Amino acid sequence: MYDFTEDDLIRYSRHILLQDVGVEGQEKIREARVLVVGAGGLGAPVALYLAAAGIGTIGIIDGDVVDLSNLQRQVIHFTKDVGIAKVESAKEKMIAINPTITVNTYKDLLMADNALDLVKEYDFIVDGTDNFPVKFLINDACVMAGKPFSHGGILRFEGQTFTHVPGSSCYRCMFNAPPPPNLVPTCSQAGVLGAIAGMLGTIQAAETLKYFTGVGELLTNRLLTFNAKTMDFRKVNIRKRTNCPLCGEHPTVTELIDYEQGTCELKQKK
Amino acid sequence: MATHTLDITKEHCPMTFVKTKLKLAQIAEGDILEVLLTDGEPLNNVPRSATEQGFEVLSIEHVDGNVHKVTIKK
Repeated sequence: MYDFTEDDLIRYSRHILLQDVGVEGQEKIREARVLVVGAGGLGAPVALYLAAAGIGTIGIIDGDVVDLSNLQRQVIHFTKDVGIAKVESAKEKMIAINPTITVNTYKDLLMADNALDLVKEYDFIVDGTDNFPVKFLINDACVMAGKPFSHGGILRFEGQTFTHVPGSSCYRCMFNAPPPPNLVPTCSQAGVLGAIAGMLGTIQAAETLKYFTGVGELLTNRLLTFNAKTMDFRKVNIRKRTNCPLCGEHPTVTELIDYEQGTCELKQKK
Repeated sequence: MATHTLDITKEHCPMTFVKTKLKLAQIAEGDILEVLLTDGEPLNNVPRSATEQGFEVLSIEHVDGNVHKVTIKK
């Protein structure tokens, strides 16, 4: 038990020194399996920090290739990576930081027909996606499979995140269904300050590590929002709704759904 | 209740306490760990950190030259 090598002890020394983490916590981190959905703005810091922290098995799913316009915020991808699969680019950096971990790559979109099988293979799921249909899909798949997850979203100067564990409120407790595609910001409206991807993604990575080590209180039943213009951070309570269409007493969402995406998002995917 | 020993006289801060924490994690509740360390930083920091993190330091004895023995109960 606790068969850490000399190099492991040095690599993770700043975790081990923490009373709340220690050798025991680092062992839990090593045994953990995390699925990161999206290797973009949020997925980049999440994947880098979780790899550095020593999460033993990290799955990463993304169907895209690296584009020059990604590099302003997706710090796991370098200029030399433009044109290659995001998951391969991400894996290369994760292994470069920490060769002791296992990285599983899925060059694919998360869809209703593969989501449940995939989330079942992991202990914790991180939503690093950029569109509402997949955010609902992750929420629904995780609630149905009884898996904890971290929700995250960023736009312009703002970010929001909450953590779900089985029994706590879910995304549909806040929003019944995705907004209609014509209400989703169009490409010309959807800029984002690159650094806020790091602000939100590192919060998600910290929540993931808190989940496995049992440290502190997770962002369950609370939505954290921030606005980088004023640097105001707020937490809003989110109640578990008895009439939630997914986790309420009489659910109407009983299978996974591929919602229609806005045309702008479709265009980006070609 | 078993007694274990750990020699960290060749280690430097903070690996002195990292090695101590690893050994403490590997032994059973109630077991005794005797840590051999040098004076200066290790002698100042290891017993203090162990106490801060909830372990009981039973004694600190001078062994030989600059080596001391800190006895910790898990």
